[in-house]
Amino acid sequence: MAITVQIPTALRRHTDGVGKLDCGANNLNELFAVLDEKFPSLKPHLRDEAGQIRRFLNVYVNEEDIRFLGGASYAFQDGDEVLLVPSIAGGGE
Amino acid sequence: MASYELRCRECGKRWGNQARSICDDCFSPLEVTYDYDEARAEFTREKIAARAPNMWRYAPLLPLPVDYHATLPVGFTPLLSAPTLAKEIGARKLCIKNDAVCLPTLSFKDRVVAVALAQARAFGFDTVSCSSTGNLANSVAAQAARNGFKAWIFIPADLEPAKILGTQVYGAKLVRIAGSYDQVNRLCSQIADEHQWGFVNVNLRPYYAEGSKTVGFEIAEQLGWRLPDNVVVPMAGGSLITKIKKAFDELITLGVVEPKAVKFFGAQATGCSPISTAVKAGRPEIEPQRPSTIARSLAIGNPADGHYAIKAITKSGGWSEDVSDREVVESIQLLAETEGIFTETAGGVTVGCARKLYRDGRIGPDETTVLCITGNGLKTTDVLTGEFAAEAPIAPKLAEFERFLQGTLDVPEVVEV
Repeated sequence: MAITVQIPTALRRHTDGVGKLDCGANNLNELFAVLDEKFPSLKPHLRDEAGQIRRFLNVYVNEEDIRFLGGASYAFQDGDEVLLVPSIAGGGE
Repeated sequence: MASYELRCRECGKRWGNQARSICDDCFSPLEVTYDYDEARAEFTREKIAARAPNMWRYAPLLPLPVDYHATLPVGFTPLLSAPTLAKEIGARKLCIKNDAVCLPTLSFKDRVVAVALAQARAFGFDTVSCSSTGNLANSVAAQAARNGFKAWIFIPADLEPAKILGTQVYGAKLVRIAGSYDQVNRLCSQIADEHQWGFVNVNLRPYYAEGSKTVGFEIAEQLGWRLPDNVVVPMAGGSLITKIKKAFDELITLGVVEPKAVKFFGAQATGCSPISTAVKAGRPEIEPQRPSTIARSLAIGNPADGHYAIKAITKSGGWSEDVSDREVVESIQLLAETEGIFTETAGGVTVGCARKLYRDGRIGPDETTVLCITGNGLKTTDVLTGEFAAEAPIAPKLAEFERFLQGTLDVPEVVEV
């Protein structure tokens, strides 16, 4: 079981420039655990203090928003391509 | 021109001026902030009145390069009183801000693109780009042609034919994506990561979004430098409503208008209503939806500024409504028949939602209320197909016409066989 994770440029300074990673995570929480261990300085950019995924970070699995697939409960399939994509907001309060 | 720079909305980090929309430190959106003390001297009623009637009269509060010379008279669209529509929907002090006639491409997107391209030039881009539900595509393509940029435009494949044609005619490279707008937008974030292009709504987004403020500045000026009680704004990505609020706040900060609590009302199509659903449920965050509506220009299921739009609405004491596709079509016709304004589906959404807001007592009839009409009906005529019976032609004879006239006035004759 292997999935591929794409990391956007904005986060690569926390991954020593790594933009793509193969791993064996079974779900989103496991994926975050893998990333936390490999790239400790990335951790606060993915989740807030309460452990919730950051508001402006979107996670896609094979072009589909993971929230449509069940979010954290979605079980990754072999060969899944996971994209971390920042949400481009620009509004004022 | 006041000095300005990008600042992170969440952590406050300053980023100077560059083509970027995200804070690398906390991944949150960047916002243009100004030195209001510098702006004060140039942003007065008298000085504004002395400038040409277009959005550039508000340049001191727009993020424009020093000595920028605009090439198009964008904005300053009519603010019309709408007494006949008002009577129909139970209002008394109703105005229409009519961006269906904004130049050069007949939607409010001309305002945001004008600002974004000013910065694209300053940042040295030779190619500009966008993901779009149509109106933005038209505007980027047209203004790129006018200003000598190459343009790459990304759209969902199923857009209205007029919006596709209205992009291609300017010589833009059009990429049709087999997917929803949200998928197009996500792809563009990835492309912007790889290509050195000026994506107006990705890496230029903080500057682009500031252009929307001119809708708010104009409303206030056209009301005689007063703020309305309410504004009703269509919502796709949710940026416009937040920027109208920012415009009003800035006018108060600079003392150009008397302070006033304006209520903000958002309008969506029921088939794509992540923001209104959240507002109605009292939730601070949106749940993404898969859009299914004829209001394609508003069909964004994962609105980037949803969180801020919800905040602007709820903090103001406003509300958000949504209407069915049938109501959208009826409302397009209602606005056309009562006020002579032909708007696109997004305008139908706004008028339909306004009607509900009056009906439900969320807007009082004697409050001054502005409906933001953001696009032109000639771009979405397909939704009216079948609404009007095709009359059989008549011979070019007076007698024929008299007979025809009788037919339209009387009950049809019973034909005996």
